[in-house]
Amino acid sequence: MASGFLNKNVSETQIKLKNRIWLYAISFIVLFLLIVPSLVVIPMSFSASQYLEFPPKEWSLRWYENYFFSWKGNGFNDWMSATWTSVKVAVLTIFVATPIGTMAAYGLVNGSSRLSKILFPIFISPMMVPIILVAIGLFYFFVQFKLVNSVLGLVLGHSLVAMPLVLIIVFSALKNYDMNQEKVARSLGATRFRAFREITLPQIKFSIVSASLIAFLTSFDEIIISLFVAGGDNSTITRSMFLALRDQIDPTIAAISTILIIVSSGLLISVQLLGNKDKSS
Amino acid sequence: MNSTSNTPNQEELRRLASREGYTFFGLTLPYLVLVIALIAIPVGWLFYLSFIGRDGTLSLENYERMWKSKAYIKIFITTFKISILTTIICAAIGYPLSYFMSQLSRKWANICMIAVLIPFWTSLLVRTYAWLVLLQKKGLINNILIESGLITEPLKFVHNTTGTLIGMVHIMLPFLILPLYANMRSIDKDCLKAASSLGATPTRAFWTVFLPLTLPGLLAGLLIVFVLCLGFYVTPAILGGGKVIMAAMKISTNIEMYFNWGAASALGVVLLVVTGIILFVASKLISLDQLGNR
Repeated sequence: MASGFLNKNVSETQIKLKNRIWLYAISFIVLFLLIVPSLVVIPMSFSASQYLEFPPKEWSLRWYENYFFSWKGNGFNDWMSATWTSVKVAVLTIFVATPIGTMAAYGLVNGSSRLSKILFPIFISPMMVPIILVAIGLFYFFVQFKLVNSVLGLVLGHSLVAMPLVLIIVFSALKNYDMNQEKVARSLGATRFRAFREITLPQIKFSIVSASLIAFLTSFDEIIISLFVAGGDNSTITRSMFLALRDQIDPTIAAISTILIIVSSGLLISVQLLGNKDKSS
Repeated sequence: MNSTSNTPNQEELRRLASREGYTFFGLTLPYLVLVIALIAIPVGWLFYLSFIGRDGTLSLENYERMWKSKAYIKIFITTFKISILTTIICAAIGYPLSYFMSQLSRKWANICMIAVLIPFWTSLLVRTYAWLVLLQKKGLINNILIESGLITEPLKFVHNTTGTLIGMVHIMLPFLILPLYANMRSIDKDCLKAASSLGATPTRAFWTVFLPLTLPGLLAGLLIVFVLCLGFYVTPAILGGGKVIMAAMKISTNIEMYFNWGAASALGVVLLVVTGIILFVASKLISLDQLGNR
């Protein structure tokens, strides 16, 4: 029975099981509501109807076909090209955000505490400033440099929001790591860079990999910066989805959503598995 | 060791240490440059634009408009109302869930944690879309309610405040649970045993010992949720169906439809200042609380 995992005797607060029933009820309902609603898009995506009826009366793959093969006009595929832009931008974001975030984390962990006290709040400011303000600021800024609608502009914008996450993950990994190991290597004649590459890096590599996966996901899911900075041939998948949703409910979005759920759950599971690896080693 | 500071050896060591300091600062430099170039300069620019009037001269007309126009006042009220309600609902359902999870064994708590993290990492758009599907006029929820005979006419869940709140609570809840749960886990169980050994009833022990100890985590969670809500855009735009207009949406339409950079910037600056004040005040409160715990 499910109650096997509930502490049978008493809780920390010694409140008896009878009085805790309502607690269990609320918790199960909330957990259910957290997970299940998103999953409703999966059966929807296999519906044959263009109306969003649930449960679907007939099944088909037409919305997946629409996503993969909806060639528009002059051989230009809208959804696929948006997906391709998103993947390209997300991969490039990994290569910008991960090294820069890791370097900064290393600098902050080893540098003076005064330095990190000043810099840390500045470095996590992209998470604090309302994202809409960042987005219109970037739009205005990029117009001057002709970076609007460009992949480079998107990568810069997405890196900005991904870097704080990389910084926090690598920073906490380095905090748990004993820097004296590098000192030992250097006392034996290794340069600082070599000591980092051969001693520190292997021990925090899983954190860095999970930081880069999170950077990828952050970029891939980013909407608001893309809404302003992307456009034309370089629309991202989330931007196209948002614009489609605002105007009408296209069931193709259910198919795309299903694919996105699979991608992000896959990445999340990898991150969870990797996160435990550094700690156990 | 010799403490006189002028031996050549120590001077060399100090020089090395300061050079190291520069190296560490240098490592943070690319990050710093990007933050300055992509946040400080653009936001500073918007700040300047917010003081430029329609005729291109310095003026306060963008700010004046905000408290003179009924439309803007309504937007501020909506923004705060939705943010406060979302935060309260998140706390009301997030606190019992975090408490429940903190009472479970590690293994089961981690399984519940996956239930919290999966939606956290699922695209915001996907979750908003799912709610749109569920809550619409002929959606699953209305169907269930009608078939069970509770209602005869479908209820209006989307394109209004209700839908916006449901969607936003779903998206914000993990932000509340994560810090609160971590806080509850770190509480020393002996505190509660001590309370009950001194004769406190379980209920009293909860209110006078457990709850105060969870305040830093709760406050951190409330703060994150409230601040994120203030600037929220996607979910109200889709589930509100144009009827629930929050500050971020007004900023966006000011630019996309009216190309009014001054008005958009001024609203953005107000949003930033309000967020900044809340974060500043709360950072004082939270650090004070944590000092109290030591």
